[in-house]
Amino acid sequence: MSALNIKKGASSHSAYDLRSTFGDTIEKHTLAVIVENEPGVLARVIGLFAGRGYNIESLTVAEIDHTGHRSRITIVTTGTPQVIVQIKAQLGRIVPVHEVHDLTVEGPSVERELALFKVGGQGDARVEALRLADIFRANVVDSTLESFVFEITGTPEKIDAFAELMRPLGLQEVARTGVAALARGGDSHV
Amino acid sequence: MTKMMTGAKMVVQALIDQGVEVVFGYPGGAVLPIYDEIFQQNHIQHVLVRHEQGAVHAAEGYARSTGKPGVALVTSGPGATNAVTGLTDALMDSIPIIVLTGQVPTFMIGTDGFQEADTVGITRPCTKHNWLVKDTDRLANTIHEAFHVAMSGRPGPVLIDIPKDVQFAKGTYSEKAKRTSHYAPQVKGDINMITELAEAMATAKRPVFYTGGGVINSGPAASQLLRELVEATGFPITSTLMGLGCYPASGPAWLGMVGMHGLYQANMAMHGCDLMINIGARFDDRITGRIDAFSPKSQKAHIDIDASSINKVIRVDMPILGDVANVLEDLLKVWKAQGGKTDKEALAKWWKQIEAWKATDCLGFTQDGPIIRPQHAISRLEALTKDHDRYITTEVGQHQMWAAQYMGFEAPNRWMTSGGLGTMGYGTPASIGVQMAHRDALVINVAGEASWLMNMQEMGTAMQYRLPVKQFILNNERLGMVRQWQQLLHGERYSQSWSEALPDLVKLAEAFGAKGIRCDNPDDLDEAIREMIAYDGPVIFDCLVEKHENCFPMIPSGNAHNEMLLANAQVQGGITGTGAVLV
Ligand SMILES: Cc1ncc(C[n+]2csc(CCOP(=O)(O)OP(=O)(O)O)c2C)c(N)n1
Ligand SMILES: [Mg+2]
Repeated sequence: MSALNIKKGASSHSAYDLRSTFGDTIEKHTLAVIVENEPGVLARVIGLFAGRGYNIESLTVAEIDHTGHRSRITIVTTGTPQVIVQIKAQLGRIVPVHEVHDLTVEGPSVERELALFKVGGQGDARVEALRLADIFRANVVDSTLESFVFEITGTPEKIDAFAELMRPLGLQEVARTGVAALARGGDSHV
Repeated sequence: MTKMMTGAKMVVQALIDQGVEVVFGYPGGAVLPIYDEIFQQNHIQHVLVRHEQGAVHAAEGYARSTGKPGVALVTSGPGATNAVTGLTDALMDSIPIIVLTGQVPTFMIGTDGFQEADTVGITRPCTKHNWLVKDTDRLANTIHEAFHVAMSGRPGPVLIDIPKDVQFAKGTYSEKAKRTSHYAPQVKGDINMITELAEAMATAKRPVFYTGGGVINSGPAASQLLRELVEATGFPITSTLMGLGCYPASGPAWLGMVGMHGLYQANMAMHGCDLMINIGARFDDRITGRIDAFSPKSQKAHIDIDASSINKVIRVDMPILGDVANVLEDLLKVWKAQGGKTDKEALAKWWKQIEAWKATDCLGFTQDGPIIRPQHAISRLEALTKDHDRYITTEVGQHQMWAAQYMGFEAPNRWMTSGGLGTMGYGTPASIGVQMAHRDALVINVAGEASWLMNMQEMGTAMQYRLPVKQFILNNERLGMVRQWQQLLHGERYSQSWSEALPDLVKLAEAFGAKGIRCDNPDDLDEAIREMIAYDGPVIFDCLVEKHENCFPMIPSGNAHNEMLLANAQVQGGITGTGAVLV
């Protein structure tokens, strides 16, 4: 046994030193969580993320099977590979959680988000907004003489791009739903 | 067969159908209908505690010592909030308990009614699952489901919040079998991974079994299989604080406890092994010490029922998700089918090394002088009680670690300590729960004076139900573990770590109607302990010990397993730097 010299001022390492041996790259994953639609289930999922310090980039939830009382929660999260594995395992042990799917690793998937943009303006800016909306296949769902409300669906990146273009043209308000995602192909999760 | 009955009656009926014999509880306005039903039946015994925290810890003691779920019943608001510490304790140690709380009537929920608290909200993070039942028709099923959830997979505490109108209303009672849950964790391990582990066992040169509370939670069959496996392989075995008793302390392969206050040979074996077989333990920070220096040269297998425990802190090479008993059965079969081989030559060398570590005699001490050393007190307690039908609970602090080090456990469910949460005040009510389950056994709570004061009101419970629990208090008039850390980490500035104005514990015992024994002389100790054992009733034993003893070995937070402190002499100056920020 080596006698330990713990000298005053010496630094020692942390027992919670979780500098992991698992790789440090931050990855973004889209998870589909199928849950029993019972009271408090969303609070359990969000509480898990808050309590254990995981990130939520986007979260959407709705009942998808009214007779079976199933809801689908789509979560976009970021973390190291180890954290992502932990998140899935932690979600999996919540009692009303039926299934956890990592759409990012389980094969190709499609992701869509819906957003509403209120853009105010007159003259050229107004025309330009309308023209760009057309290019982005956004629909006009409300209009006054000074404003439009556009509805747009697409990937979060497409919506971000549209927002950037609208900003100088009089963007006033944005509402986004967060991401909904499904695996491509014939296999179903529910 | 379906029957109509009130929600309150359903609660009692469901508990009876689940085989519950004892409920620990405390009444109040929101549970009066249930108490009314308890009054009118003779199947279930209700134990009236003195504080709701006591009810939950007692239920834990009952569960930990029997493997059966423990049940507690408390009222809404303050009753429920007082239960939170016990729930968290049970969650951290994976103890199956069912806590029933009363709630204001459904039509008042959300109005800040008298004694209303958001109980399911408050207890969501400290239960495995919880339910607010708003419909009497669903009550019975929810209770059956709660027992299922508490007991299956990784066990844990569950809570059912029952509004008062739901208790009064009538509904249909559904029987146990009508459960409709999807919750069914995987118990069978992956046979390919098990085969890989069996192969690794055949060639390992320096293997070690690292076992934990999961073995005990898996049931007696798991402990039995573990013993067979250890005997058949001849591999050394250590265990966490939570796993003590899963392998007998008198067994030839036993290294003693591992971890922060674990034995030298156990920590060194963990550090130097080439194959670590983790069975139902979770690489807790009290075990691993410094993560990046933890057992650097080993291949690691991890058998656990909880997928989230695998690869959480330590990356393992052979993850095996499943119930310990199930997996061990398969592992034994596969390894035997492969010829039951081990590298005998390498093992002999490994054991020689281990014997050399053992020769350090890291628990050695001498009892000299007129003051009782705490290690001596525990050693004498061990010697004089080990042949009894004995159950040990503890409080939290130095005394707890000395009990883990100097006492030997031959069977599972005999050692019931608060491991994960480290809850001072746990031991006394837990000892009451244990004694309720084992009326004729010798139940001892090894306590520190500071911890013991935290739930000492439960002596009243012990008196009322004639539970002859022995409170063996190592009285150092210090918050000893805090004092030890202040000595090592905070420049010997002993901030608030005295137990001042202590009550006279003998007089206190007498005030409760119990027996008080004080001992401050090593020469009188054996006789005093014998007197405690012989007394047919609760005893408070005030054992005055050396005030400044430190608990060794110790791996200071942030150190590696091979950087253990074995004695005061090794601590030169203080421990500072990042290690100092750790708990
Ligand atoms: C409820 C609670 N509060 C605080 C602590 C922190 N703590 C850990 S050990 C300890 C001192 C315990 O003193 P005592 O019960 O006399 O045991 P000793 O260490 O002296 O044997 C304290 C305050 C804790 N574990 N639990
Ligand atoms: Mg003390």
